[in-house]
Amino acid sequence: MATETHEAAGEGLADAVGVAAHSADAAPGMPQLDFGTFPNQIFWLAVTLVVIYLVLSRVALPRIAAILAERAGTITNDLAAAEDLKAKAVEAEEAYNKALADARAEATRIAAATRAEIQADLDDAIAKADAEIAEKAAESEKAIADIRAGALAAVEEVAKDTAAELVAALGGKSDAAAIDGAVGARVKG
Amino acid sequence: MASEAHGAEGGGLVFHPMDQFIVKPLFGDGPVAWYTPTNVTLWMGITILAVIALLVLSTSKRAIVPSRGQSVAEMAYGFIYKMLEDVTGKEGVKYFPYVMTLFMFIVLANFLGLIPMAFTTTSHIAVTAVLAVLVFLSVTILGFIKNGVSFLGLFWVSAAPLPLRPILAVIEIISYFVRPVSHSIRLAGNMMAGHAVIKVFAGFAAIAAISPLSVVAITAMYGLEVLVAFIQAYVFIILTCVYLKDALHPHH
Repeated sequence: MATETHEAAGEGLADAVGVAAHSADAAPGMPQLDFGTFPNQIFWLAVTLVVIYLVLSRVALPRIAAILAERAGTITNDLAAAEDLKAKAVEAEEAYNKALADARAEATRIAAATRAEIQADLDDAIAKADAEIAEKAAESEKAIADIRAGALAAVEEVAKDTAAELVAALGGKSDAAAIDGAVGARVKG
Repeated sequence: MASEAHGAEGGGLVFHPMDQFIVKPLFGDGPVAWYTPTNVTLWMGITILAVIALLVLSTSKRAIVPSRGQSVAEMAYGFIYKMLEDVTGKEGVKYFPYVMTLFMFIVLANFLGLIPMAFTTTSHIAVTAVLAVLVFLSVTILGFIKNGVSFLGLFWVSAAPLPLRPILAVIEIISYFVRPVSHSIRLAGNMMAGHAVIKVFAGFAAIAAISPLSVVAITAMYGLEVLVAFIQAYVFIILTCVYLKDALHPHH
């Protein structure tokens, strides 16, 4: 292209990077070395730095420092509170365990007392029953003895009657007194 | 046609990679006087607004549990504060607003300069030189105020053998005065070079055959530039901290 001129030939860095510099104006290859713009840049840089410095030192940095300090404080407080709560929880657990142990001991005591009471009642009842049984047994024994005595008397009488009848049937004259004596002697024997 | 080194097709390949750095008046087309509102003014103003948005507006709720914006502000604060404290010790902490101002200006100007069509204020040696000279002067003056004449002990390497000390002193003094030069050119050079390279790649996009490659290259360079934008701000600030440490504790 004929329009693509090389006016900038020989300009240091512009050519070093393989550049055809602007053909319109004769500005140097590096705008960085255009000293005419230096006062402008330095002035605006000074303004910028002062503004940023004021914004940072007056507003931003104290605020961020406060936020960080507050957060550190909150974390410390929360940790302390957590420690507190943990201690309280341990305490509560101990109290609970103590109450549990107390209740268990109380229950054991009540159970033992109840058992003793029931045992006493039981012993009483058994003694009473034994006494009743003994009484009933004695009564029964007496009744049996009576019955046995009655039976013996009946046996003697039946034997006497039978003997008298036998004597009469054989043609003898029954002598009541002799029969009584003989039967009595036999029955006893 | 013969002068077209890159063999343009048809319309020709026009490179103006440095045009993006031209300082122009915002209104009209007159000369640039020191007070003229220029694109420098515009982009520095936008930088100020960005600083306010990032550090003031985002923290306006003062939340204990921070929002995303507030987290960024707190991270920036913590990052610079910790760096300053680690490098200079407790005595350096009172210069924190000053260091933070430099950091916020540089990092946001670098990032804003990456917006397409933006003007990168930190790519100008005039701007970075002022920043570097500010650091150099304030650190030197602070050194003499804090330590008096014994600040010169910075140049007298007492750990070295006696005959070597004068020679080392000369080297130390030269390196001390070269500090603002390297400090400023490092930042401006990095910003300028990256932007210029992206622009050169963009120029190649006019050729249909290599335009896909050009787009890929621009994307890769842009990613690299995002990294460079932050790293250069970080480097500038950590060097500022190191110089400040020298002023506060000049003895090796």
